[in-house]
Amino acid sequence: MAFHQAGAMIRLFKVKEKQKELAENANGGSPIKKQTAGELRLHKDISELNLPKSCSISFPNGKDDLMNFEVSIRPDEGYYVGGTFLFSFQVSPTYPHEAPKVKCKTKVYHPNIDLEGNVCLNILREDWKPVLNINTVIYGLYHLFTEPNYEDPLNHDAAAVLRDNPKMFESNVRRAMYGGHVGQTYFPRCM
Amino acid sequence: MADTAPPSKSRDLDKLLLRPGNLVGPTFDPGVQLRDDLQEYARVLVVGAGGLGCELLKDLALSGFKNLEVIDMDRIEVTNLNRQFLFRLEDVGKPKAEVAAKRVMERISGVNIVPHFCRIEDKDIGFYNDFNIIALGLDSIEARSYINAVACSFLEYDADDNPREETMKPMVDGGTEGFKGHARVIVPGVTPCFECTIWLFPPQVKFPLCTLAETPRNAAHCIEYAHLIKWDEVHSGKAFDPDNPDHMKWVYDEAVKRAELFGIPGVTYSLTQGVVKNIIPAIASTNAIISAACTLETLKIASGCSKTLSNYLTYNGVEGLHTKVTEFVKDKDCLVCGPGVLILLDTAVTLKKFIDMLEEHPKLLMTKASITYHGKNLYMQAPPVLEEMTRSNLELPLYDLMDKIPKDILHATGTIDKDNRKSSGLRKLRVVFKGVDGVVDMDMAGGA
Repeated sequence: MAFHQAGAMIRLFKVKEKQKELAENANGGSPIKKQTAGELRLHKDISELNLPKSCSISFPNGKDDLMNFEVSIRPDEGYYVGGTFLFSFQVSPTYPHEAPKVKCKTKVYHPNIDLEGNVCLNILREDWKPVLNINTVIYGLYHLFTEPNYEDPLNHDAAAVLRDNPKMFESNVRRAMYGGHVGQTYFPRCM
Repeated sequence: MADTAPPSKSRDLDKLLLRPGNLVGPTFDPGVQLRDDLQEYARVLVVGAGGLGCELLKDLALSGFKNLEVIDMDRIEVTNLNRQFLFRLEDVGKPKAEVAAKRVMERISGVNIVPHFCRIEDKDIGFYNDFNIIALGLDSIEARSYINAVACSFLEYDADDNPREETMKPMVDGGTEGFKGHARVIVPGVTPCFECTIWLFPPQVKFPLCTLAETPRNAAHCIEYAHLIKWDEVHSGKAFDPDNPDHMKWVYDEAVKRAELFGIPGVTYSLTQGVVKNIIPAIASTNAIISAACTLETLKIASGCSKTLSNYLTYNGVEGLHTKVTEFVKDKDCLVCGPGVLILLDTAVTLKKFIDMLEEHPKLLMTKASITYHGKNLYMQAPPVLEEMTRSNLELPLYDLMDKIPKDILHATGTIDKDNRKSSGLRKLRVVFKGVDGVVDMDMAGGA
């Protein structure tokens, strides 16, 4: 039953004209300080975060800006154990229709993370669905460190080494994390 | 006797407004008074002065609406001229809203159009409340979501959770994309609002970054490689601006190089613009069809001269011509247009007590609630860093935390335990404080 009693509206128009000045005080003059549905959904995701000990979150803009935050991951196993890797998250007002934008702020020698900080994680792009949430993204990022894979390479040199010479990959990762060169690239210490 | 006078300009409109019919609304009152009232009192806002906006202004002005306003933040570009017919070559660079208003007023006597050359977010709530109907000619989800939230914010519910008719702000929303388009009628509280049906949108097309980096297969991959990966490598720090022609040219040149490297045909400048800005070429007739549908619905809502379409019309002219109207239903739990759960409180109730009350409230049964109000997070149960930052609010009266407003909306998220099944829920709450000015007519039964 979607038909609205529109005829009544014209009579209301006349009434409204007279009452316009009286109604002015209620809502008028104030800027719109509403929350988008996306911000509300983000608020839900954040309040339900259940992070493992290896992951921590911080809000550089304070408790009221949930759209920009940082996640720090310290893998407790695998090639990257002991390193600390920082990711920045930027959530758009159309969340969850659009995936959060995530970049790695720590320079890392990793087959799925390039030197500019772009992260190749399927759920951040082609496999993102609105039913996913911030928790799943953070777990996905953690997984990149415990199980780097050479099949979705953003850094094809690192991917090739992981595929052909895992022992050398391991030593390259350690050298990069301690602060050192791998090939021509210098990696600052991140342990 | 031969009629030598030219037909009245409102001849066609008169057929709808001056005589009764079978599809008219229940309070439809045909007559000259109705036609005159429409001209004098109806105020319509057109959001957007582009492909749809130009058509809407013309159509509405010709349909008897004399008080129109239009808002658009853009300036006229050469590529607009194939369909935004109110603009000419010499208008390039001028604000769309201003030129559109001027041209329509020049051609149609009696109409008054006030242009607003600014972003929709720059206007305060009072501005939008002035209009009886808002017609949308927008091109993004974000903008529609914003206007929808504004229009639905006027909606009030009575103590029985029925929407109050005088607070409904109807919207007519049109959208087009190539040969396809939609027109929908949104009456907050009655039809689904924009958020109720947001699930209709398919996920955006996003290529895997590794495909772009390693194994491009088509022209779009090459373009996105240049846009998303190569740009940062070369211009690290500088943001890419899709409206800057030098930036776009740079991306195009890089995409061409990439395509040559992989032997991929098809990279053109216009494809580059399309992929980077998500543009689909616009067609004048689609805009004309959708705007006409929107204008007709606006006329129906304002006059009651016919039942409105109920409530979502789709148009597809790719092969032949197909239109269909689907009646979607609103989501009763919609965060934007739903009634929410009514909660009556004393002004002394603390935030902690409020959170505890939500556990017992029969319509909520929500434990471990986190509360947010107008963008301020009053209390967050997690993560630990936010819990610490908001813990001090727990001892404060909710009335104070809500800026001592007698009644307002806030949102709670937590675990809902219904029928022994736990699920996470996000709920809209209508909080009303007892004994404060303006709360005399509330039915005190139920709630807290």
